Amino acid sequence: MKSIVAEDLKKTYRNGQVKALDGLSLDVEEGTVLGILGPNGSGKTTTVRILATLLQPDSGHATVGGIDVVKNPKAVREIIGLSGQYAAVDETLTGWDNLVMFGRLYHLSAAQANARATELLEQFSLTDAARRPIKTFSGGMRRRLDLAASLIIRPKVLFLDEPTTGLDPRGRMEMWGVIEELVKEGVTLLLTTQYLDEADQLADDIAVIDRGQVIARGTSDALKSQVGGERLELVVAESDISSAQEIINRLTHSASTLDVGLRKISAPVANGSQSLIEVIREFDTAKIHPLDLALKRPSLDDVFMALTGHVAEEAVAETNEKKRKRGGKK
Amino acid sequence: MRALQDALIITKRQLLQLTRVPEVLIFNTIQPVMFVLLFRYVFGGLGANIPGGYVQLLMPGIFVQTVTFTLAATAQGLAQDMEKGLIDRFRSLPIARSAVVMGRTLGDGLLNIVVLIVMGLTGYLVGWRPTSGALKITLGFLMLLFFGYALSWVGVFAGLVSKDARVVANVSFLFTFPLTFLSNAFASTTSMPRPLQYFAEWNPVSTMVAAVRQLYGFKNVFGATANSYPSKHPITMSLVYMVVLMAIFAPLSVRKYKNSSK
Repeated sequence: MKSIVAEDLKKTYRNGQVKALDGLSLDVEEGTVLGILGPNGSGKTTTVRILATLLQPDSGHATVGGIDVVKNPKAVREIIGLSGQYAAVDETLTGWDNLVMFGRLYHLSAAQANARATELLEQFSLTDAARRPIKTFSGGMRRRLDLAASLIIRPKVLFLDEPTTGLDPRGRMEMWGVIEELVKEGVTLLLTTQYLDEADQLADDIAVIDRGQVIARGTSDALKSQVGGERLELVVAESDISSAQEIINRLTHSASTLDVGLRKISAPVANGSQSLIEVIREFDTAKIHPLDLALKRPSLDDVFMALTGHVAEEAVAETNEKKRKRGGKK
Repeated sequence: MRALQDALIITKRQLLQLTRVPEVLIFNTIQPVMFVLLFRYVFGGLGANIPGGYVQLLMPGIFVQTVTFTLAATAQGLAQDMEKGLIDRFRSLPIARSAVVMGRTLGDGLLNIVVLIVMGLTGYLVGWRPTSGALKITLGFLMLLFFGYALSWVGVFAGLVSKDARVVANVSFLFTFPLTFLSNAFASTTSMPRPLQYFAEWNPVSTMVAAVRQLYGFKNVFGATANSYPSKHPITMSLVYMVVLMAIFAPLSVRKYKNSSK
């Protein structure tokens, strides 16, 4: 059974000037995790907001748990949990206060709300911090509390909109652990992210979206092979370039590319670490000393390049912005 | 009923905030107390010929000014919730659409009760002595609370529209501050230029101040030059203003909340 179905969703902002969703369709099987992967502005958040009844689509149709999100939003709200990019909790209150308040708003009795708050704080390792105002929490703790608040009624369908954006590596790992536990319990999860490794780690299935449309759908392995798997990248001294490139081409059975200015040779490899060892062995024999040597996994940017033929727009804009700023400092 | 229960949970949240951040409550009461003392002792000498002294006219003026500022407080609170994404979370819950905004207005109303009590006591200490008896004095305070409540709904709307707490706080203040001074609250309107006098007489702040002065048993000697309807019937006019404000802004705010998005 499909827990989430979206068909041909369209949404524009600012009187049609900004197309957020342009005929987006997707579905999520009950009890599975779908990762929506895309850069900022690709329509991830808009999709989540429509499915979570916060926003109405201009056209199209969507159901969550079999309930129409436009026609019967209140019934949808009874079965979903939503946790956003930022911790949407009252920061002046304590973790305990927040969870009890949300419990009461889900119409639990005072006793039930208290019990559930205790339980969730325990589950998310926040018991020690329960009586402290959220303001004093670390970023990771805030997100965990926010997630806890979305789980009060044990929702059938959970939406997580970029659950780890802005967290430090440790916070991210902790969050991943928490989400994995939830998934084991069988909740249907729709997760948006900008990071391929996050989708990789958490999702059964990934939908890549760009400009408000799903442009690819599949398991992470399938997507990665579409991108071309790992690449070997190395930088050598100018005098070694031709012999190095010859070795690489022979070992990887492929035509490597060369960036002359950076003296960087790059080639796709099928069996990454094995190829790396072979290359090093041959280089050693040939007395070539690479200045830099790395195995690169496909990044979201690579997936994007491969699937759309354009760099994720936000990234381009950011780079330009940085250039402009740097120029301004001179 | 369910809607009201949900609203009261939101109100409770606001009261909890006051216990967690007591500075808010302290600041909210210090400011009006400061106004009372400043006006009482800076301008107190102006009213030598006023029966009972300037302070008798001043206190209703400051009461009304303070509850008028509720508009900015409500607007700021809602815009903050909007910024933090809290409104989104509330909107994803199975609660009545009116609950969050209603809860906020009730919370700000309760805060006004505390503030008015503190101000009333301060007023008493500096010589304010209403002469009309307990019933009318209570009615005066109820009118003040209701006026603040009505303006709170304007604030809800402003907060939801602006989505930016700092901007909306400043704009609301820029709007309400002159409104409280272009009135009979602190000085006689008769000394103002003609066009301003008319504005001042129809200004809801003036009708409220006049109404409360009347309920506390003092002749409203600041104003009533143009012999206009509001200056002759300040209580009726004030009630009309409040009902009209609520009738416009309560439904507007609930609709705005329903369709609001960050």
